[in-house]
Amino acid sequence: MSRYFTRLKKRRVYSWIGRPSTIDRKLKHVFYEGLCIKTDGNANTGCIRPGHYILIEGDEDRSYVAKLLKLYDDGTGTRSSKHAEVQWFVRFHEVPQNKRKQLGRDPHPNEVFLYEIPNCDSDIDAETIITTVQVQHLEEDSPFPAAQSQENPLYVKLSWDGKNFSPVNLDLLLQSGGKPMLPASSHTDSLPKPDLEVSRGLAVDSPSRPTRSARQQHSSTSKYSQSKELSDRQPSNVISTPTARKKLQLSNSVKPPGSKLTRDDVLAELLDEDRAVSSLEAEVTRRRAVASKPSSSPSKKPRDLCIRLSPIRGGQITQDHQLANRIQIGPRLQPEELVKRTLKRESGAESTEGETPSKRKDSIKKDAPLDILIEDGGEAGGPVVTMTPRSRRKSAQVSSARIRQQLNYLNRNQSTDFDVDDDEEDVFLPTKKDLRSSSEEESESESESESESVTGRRGSRSAVPRTPRSSRKAPSRTPAKTPNKTPRRTPSKTPVPRTPRTPRHATPSIPSRTQPARKPGNVLEEARARLHVSSVPESLPCREQEFQDIFNFVESKVMDGTGGCMYISGVPGTGKTATVHEVIRCLHHAAEQDELPSFCFIEINGMKMTEPHQAYVQILQMLTGQKATAEHAAALLEKRFSTPAPKRETTVLLVDELDLLWTRKQNVMYNLFDWPTHRQAKLVVLAIANTMDLPERIMINRVASRLGLTRMSFQPYSYKQLQQIITSRLNRVRAFEDDALQLVSRKVAALSGDARRCLDICRRATEICEFSSQRSGSGLVAMSHVMEALDEMFSSPYITAIRCASVQEQIFLKAVIAEFRRLGLEEATFQQVFRQHLALCRVEGLSSVCMSEGLATCLRLGACRLLLLESSHRDLHLRVRLNVSQDDVLYALKEG
Amino acid sequence: MSKRKSKENCLTHGECISQAQRMLRERFCHQKIPGKPFGVESQHKHLLELLKRTAVHGESNSVLIVGPRGAGKTMLLNCVLNELLEVKHVQENVLQVQLNGLLQTDDRIALKEITRQLHLENVVGDKVFGSFAENLAFLLEALKKGDRSSSRPVVFILDEFDLFAHHKNQTLLYNLFDVSQSAQTPVAVIGLTCRLDVLELLEKRVKSRFSHRQIHLLSSFRFKQYLEIFKMQLSLPEDFTDRRFAEEWNQNIKSLCEDRSVEDVLQKHFCSSKDFRSLHMLLMLALSRVTVSHPAIKPTDLLEASRLCTMDSKANILHGLSVLELCLIIAMKHLSDIYDGEPFNFQMVHNEFQKFIQRKSHSVHNFEKPVVIKAFEHLHQLELIKPMEGPSVRTQKEYQLVKLLLDNSQIMDALQKYPQCPTDVKQWATSAFG
Repeated sequence: MSRYFTRLKKRRVYSWIGRPSTIDRKLKHVFYEGLCIKTDGNANTGCIRPGHYILIEGDEDRSYVAKLLKLYDDGTGTRSSKHAEVQWFVRFHEVPQNKRKQLGRDPHPNEVFLYEIPNCDSDIDAETIITTVQVQHLEEDSPFPAAQSQENPLYVKLSWDGKNFSPVNLDLLLQSGGKPMLPASSHTDSLPKPDLEVSRGLAVDSPSRPTRSARQQHSSTSKYSQSKELSDRQPSNVISTPTARKKLQLSNSVKPPGSKLTRDDVLAELLDEDRAVSSLEAEVTRRRAVASKPSSSPSKKPRDLCIRLSPIRGGQITQDHQLANRIQIGPRLQPEELVKRTLKRESGAESTEGETPSKRKDSIKKDAPLDILIEDGGEAGGPVVTMTPRSRRKSAQVSSARIRQQLNYLNRNQSTDFDVDDDEEDVFLPTKKDLRSSSEEESESESESESESVTGRRGSRSAVPRTPRSSRKAPSRTPAKTPNKTPRRTPSKTPVPRTPRTPRHATPSIPSRTQPARKPGNVLEEARARLHVSSVPESLPCREQEFQDIFNFVESKVMDGTGGCMYISGVPGTGKTATVHEVIRCLHHAAEQDELPSFCFIEINGMKMTEPHQAYVQILQMLTGQKATAEHAAALLEKRFSTPAPKRETTVLLVDELDLLWTRKQNVMYNLFDWPTHRQAKLVVLAIANTMDLPERIMINRVASRLGLTRMSFQPYSYKQLQQIITSRLNRVRAFEDDALQLVSRKVAALSGDARRCLDICRRATEICEFSSQRSGSGLVAMSHVMEALDEMFSSPYITAIRCASVQEQIFLKAVIAEFRRLGLEEATFQQVFRQHLALCRVEGLSSVCMSEGLATCLRLGACRLLLLESSHRDLHLRVRLNVSQDDVLYALKEG
Repeated sequence: MSKRKSKENCLTHGECISQAQRMLRERFCHQKIPGKPFGVESQHKHLLELLKRTAVHGESNSVLIVGPRGAGKTMLLNCVLNELLEVKHVQENVLQVQLNGLLQTDDRIALKEITRQLHLENVVGDKVFGSFAENLAFLLEALKKGDRSSSRPVVFILDEFDLFAHHKNQTLLYNLFDVSQSAQTPVAVIGLTCRLDVLELLEKRVKSRFSHRQIHLLSSFRFKQYLEIFKMQLSLPEDFTDRRFAEEWNQNIKSLCEDRSVEDVLQKHFCSSKDFRSLHMLLMLALSRVTVSHPAIKPTDLLEASRLCTMDSKANILHGLSVLELCLIIAMKHLSDIYDGEPFNFQMVHNEFQKFIQRKSHSVHNFEKPVVIKAFEHLHQLELIKPMEGPSVRTQKEYQLVKLLLDNSQIMDALQKYPQCPTDVKQWATSAFG
């Protein structure tokens, strides 16, 4: 496919054409009329002039599309002195993933969008231009022309301003280009296209004829090395001129869904169309006219059609009638004949028209005298005959495979709700050509998929933009089987199941509950819900300064389109991650309000990956949706961040728990901090870790140096801040007494300053309050409740555990202390302690225990870590230590 | 009373006994108790409310149940879960994942097990069991997609919680707690552990994400309650098939509790340990003595069971030794006394033994050295002696340093009970120095 532009292996030589003209004297820029590209080992030269659409070397083996505006030399005389000013176009896959849904439909594989982001770098090195390309403008609601060949032109319908898709302002396009969008004529004379087989059938179209012939000459004289850029272009049956295609569309438009047209109706319609075709309007406007006809999507909008045509619609035309109709019209109106042909081609195999094959043949014979049709048939006639239901079925199988592929793609994008609108399906016509090319594509994609399977999932990037088309093709066929046609449908065709089987890469989810969760009922429950750490507060109090700093940092980087690193440290629960998320939320909001160029945000967490190198995989997947092994992902990312891509939007990468990305060689950290230093990368890295001195402690110099000195440290919350946090969370839900709040916040601030802890204590206090208030009836959480919660969470269980231990266990602890005192050491063997134990038993007047019991007692104490023990296989010689202070033990035992 | 019964009655009587035994054994082995657990009402309520909130309101929670072994942690949890699942709409909603630190020894296995128990593995075929990394990403993705109000809450039960804290980076714990602290699928993470210092095992960021709720089960009951538990454990339920038998049985248990000797046995047991498992063991031994001809538990049964429970294992082994081996043990005892616990080797023991043979012995033969070595090795196999760890492992067998794993008191006790022990051996043992 033409999407598969490989980087040129051979050197190209660029030279100026035309006389230099100076416009800006100060800049010493010299403007030229054109650029001549000569490729090594090939005699061909191509010329590019302003107004042409060009392909530019891009990253990851894909070329960018742009329109050439100016060519100039900056006069430095160096190799890169040739410059070009361009108007960018973006392909769908260049649109950030999170914005892709805004399109609201599946993109056409050859669809590009006018790139209307103002501050985009539109000045490129002229020597990165590969070749010209054909770009057509289509009205927003007009269908894409049927894919006819591998060498499809690109289509522009919408523009992309970084936030939304909007219809292309044609004037803008025209003025910026200086020329109307006449793709075929605009480029064929300038740059030879490899292996362009011009279909003769197109010769009907007078405006395009001269250019065609010119192109033919070109292609005959100069065979462009196919292996170069447009490697997968196929010698094919091209109806590449828009006019011809348009005619097909027109003809399609006439086709009524159930062929319920009266003859007159058809005639009138066709005449009408003919007039439209033959009128000498500018092509652009004509295209508009086509687009404005809703009926141009033939088989799909039967209702529209019917409404439009209803006044005359009397009843169904009989087949004979129809045939006669065709014969009659045929000789007179050539385009109409085309119409018929396409009609048949589309529906013939389905025998929607109810024609028998012989009749169809007959009609072909009738058409034969018309040279256009012969020519057309020479190109496409064969397939018409061979287009049996069986071949359709084959393509149906193929399409089901594609649906699966598409599903995978969708799932990778995490949009599991795969629901194609019927309206979207309408756009794509199940013309024969489409089908055929689909089968061609299939074989091709099969071979491709073989090569893909070698590289595994990572190679499938190319498949990403491809799949939408294939999936669309499949549903596009299904409407032909809509109920109003079913009676005449051949039984051999079964509808393609939408979801053939469970996709392999489905993201699973926890099944949803049968009843929805209950809403909080009373004040305490409400407070509890608000106090849960997971509930997202309206604002983040007490972190205004930090918020502002991070915000300014990221905002400036996004504005400037540069990159940078920031290191954020702070003990757990001080709101580091929350603040960054808040910043990103605000920035996203600003980006939506057009105050900021849009950017994409990616988050990785060192704790949420199994080993540091997985970071690459996760970043790549979130950035592009690709799956790759760690090494491959690293290579791809390296390439991505080191190749220039003027249109790329800034990436903000949040690396949480940075310290876990530590490896011995530290290459993960190195890369993370090295990428932002590339000028083209436009990467902002926010690294979060717990310790302030992490860069100094664990990073080697070159890593620490790249991290830079933009650091920020989050201090633990003070008690006032904690109090404010709780109050703001509660947000006027009165559940706590003020004293109680103060106690909690003071206590937590003294211990750790961890906001999570504070919230958890408050939550527990509400629970305690709820239980006790069932008895007492007071509504608010009081000091006593908070005290109880604090006790629960912070009191050491050791003393209670000792008090609750059995008598023998208590005696054993006493024996341990006695033995320690005797030895003057903090360690003794079990044998020694047990002797003390027996002695103490005698003193206490208890029956003595045997050794086995004594050991069991000792091990029980060891299991709950009141004692620290060696492993028990050492038996008598097992060494014993206390895990609690002696004073605690004595205190606990004295009271008991 | 069985004498009065006719033959048919006797048959049903036997059936009754076997049925009662089966029921009680099930109770003892599976740690099932009739009714609510005893003396832990507040903990029970806390846990129940917590899980209810997760199930009903979709509130995420994490809690640790801490208590010594046999304190009834699992019993409490099962009891709460059973109670919870009786509510119909809770039962329909809650998903359970049971993990055990002894089984899921690392995070990879744990993740697979979670995926399996959540029935997510069939969603993606075999793919999910690809790499560990994929697995983790997969599961996190699954949990992330849920939200508080619409997803079914998942109850994660981590038995032997402390062992999970030893996994690399504590990845699993971090992620579970992180889910419980963020607006994702509601989860309740319940950890069961016997380590009181479990919080110190958690890394600080993991700890920060844990809610710090701990339920302590410290078996703080008194002997009176212990007696109650004993009675409750042995009593047959009201709905036992043969009501008369049950009544008789329960009556017998009641009288058993009032028996002085039984109380003594239980008191001793209570002193040594409060855990339910050892009580169950005692009762099991007593129960197994019940037969048709001996249709009820008698105080003597309990005494016997208690004797079995508290028997010293090493003293029992000593009873089965030959006189030569006993002599070697005594020689080793003397060596330990002389050198104050320092290790010794076979040659030293042999010399000591030779001295005894030559000077004092009249009844013990002078065995060949290989025979003595054989006896020495047998002692080693019985683990009554233990070779020292360290560099001496490689030395010749006779000179390998070993230590005695017996206390003097154990040896003297064993000698007293040893059948037909030669008096000169006894004398040698009691004499202060070899």
